[in-house]
Amino acid sequence: MSEKVLMKGNEAVAEAAIAAGCRHFFGYPITPQTEVAAHMSKRMPKVGGVYLQAESEVAAINMVLGASAAGVRSMTSSSSPGISLKAEGLSYLAGSDLPAVIVNVQRAGPGLGGIQPSQADYWQATRASGHGDFKIMVFAPSTVQEMVDLTGTAFDLGDKYRMPVLILSDGLLGQMMEPVVMSTREAKAPEKPWAACGHEGKRKHNIVNSLYIDPLNMEEVLRERYERYETIKREEQRCEEYLTDDADIVIVAYGASARIARSAVDAARKENIKAGLIRPITLWPFPDKAIISRIPSTKVFLCVEMSKGQMVDDVKLVVSGKRDVRFYGRTGGVVPTPAEVLAEIRKIREGSQ
Amino acid sequence: MSEGKLTIICGHYGSGKTNLAINLAVNAAREGKKVTLADMDIVNLYFTSSEYSGFLKDNGIRVISPTFAVTNMDVPALPASMGSLFDSDGDVIIDAGGDDAGATALGRYSEMIRRREYEMLYVVNMYRPLTAVADDAVRTLRAIEDACGLKATAVVNNSHLKEFTTASTITDSLAYANEVSSKAGIPLLFTTVPRTTLKELPTEEYFNPIDVYVRTIWERTSDESDDQR
Repeated sequence: MSEKVLMKGNEAVAEAAIAAGCRHFFGYPITPQTEVAAHMSKRMPKVGGVYLQAESEVAAINMVLGASAAGVRSMTSSSSPGISLKAEGLSYLAGSDLPAVIVNVQRAGPGLGGIQPSQADYWQATRASGHGDFKIMVFAPSTVQEMVDLTGTAFDLGDKYRMPVLILSDGLLGQMMEPVVMSTREAKAPEKPWAACGHEGKRKHNIVNSLYIDPLNMEEVLRERYERYETIKREEQRCEEYLTDDADIVIVAYGASARIARSAVDAARKENIKAGLIRPITLWPFPDKAIISRIPSTKVFLCVEMSKGQMVDDVKLVVSGKRDVRFYGRTGGVVPTPAEVLAEIRKIREGSQ
Repeated sequence: MSEGKLTIICGHYGSGKTNLAINLAVNAAREGKKVTLADMDIVNLYFTSSEYSGFLKDNGIRVISPTFAVTNMDVPALPASMGSLFDSDGDVIIDAGGDDAGATALGRYSEMIRRREYEMLYVVNMYRPLTAVADDAVRTLRAIEDACGLKATAVVNNSHLKEFTTASTITDSLAYANEVSSKAGIPLLFTTVPRTTLKELPTEEYFNPIDVYVRTIWERTSDESDDQR
């Protein structure tokens, strides 16, 4: 399938996982994520894979853990409240050095919240997706094509670094349709000599575990794991810059908010306001190098999110007080409009004149 | 009381049912007809015709929406006023939900619908992967018919690639549309063409110009997004 087809973000992430060699999907329905599971239920039987609707989100993530421990590429998906339920399993995956791809099609929160789009799970994704000292990689696609491309990358990097990878989508990206080209590259998972997949009496048995009896031993395991995290921070930062070369006002936005911000940047340029956009593609590792490089030429940073302000914390940490960092967001399932973001840009320009 | 025309729009998820329903409703209203658009999609709650109720009402179209449409609630309920559809003296357009799951709610009204004349249009888009092969498209149609207890009367070819739709996007889909029509045993009513692409196409085929209403928030003009807030 190398020609263009029209897909929803949710369908694209599912189809891309199949293209990446994932044959084990464990799901549970929740709006606005359900099409991921629905697509898998139709497609997995046709490609010799397993689609299993678990009895709960907790069960689904632990099935992912089991499949991953056996060495196969596995995935689960949910929306915000369901991801909270997966927190324990995510922590166990990280503590067991297991790769897995988890999709969060964010909806409004906290609590039951609502089914409309949101980006209020940024802190959960990048700070505390479960208990304990650990990190997971977080990808933030902003087009349906990027859903496809980053899903393949998520499986590859999860295997490379032996860690869970989260695809942080939202209701808008999940539900909207865009033309995409499915990847034609051959999916190849690396050898997994650590997998508990049967030793046939030919090698010592493998143990997949997150329990360490000796505290000093556990501290050493964590030290080694954090060295890996440092490598990831050095080598895996991704972002896209748009019209930042001469920009006085640089918007930082990811996912669907970045699409809205980009429209606002175009509108601002028509009014001769030098606005630009930095769009993080990895949220952890956060693309601090790109932001640091733009500090000297930027007057004001403006973070745009569908939340009360979460990623803005990371922008402020990177900017370290050297420039003003503003925030504009809508939340509760409300999507900001390009006109609202343009109004913020105008306000900043008036203030700086 | 003269009975108006009843048109039901069904199809696979994302085939373009809502955009077609809005077009048919607006066209009929512009001809001076009294029109009611009923959004019966209680399965998928994003990009539904209820989202456009402000625009539709401005065009003189009555809209009946699911009870919790365009809210944060995931409660699949239809209001009692939906039943009044069949007493309406104007044209009625029903925008059903996608696939068999979405068409199930329509089954609630099938008895009332079968008592009168109706047309049920099966919308197809060749560029949607799960219905890209005619046999799969027909299988989806049969599942929809079983779920709602009504038979489709015609196929509408709505094959497109959003803003990347060119004349060849449409001409490439004609053989597929005819195959779906012949395998389903119902006529191909028309092929939709975005108004902007129409002039690039020959006139011998039966093309039906449409406007694109269903768009993301960053594709809309600021007036439109204010209207929907």
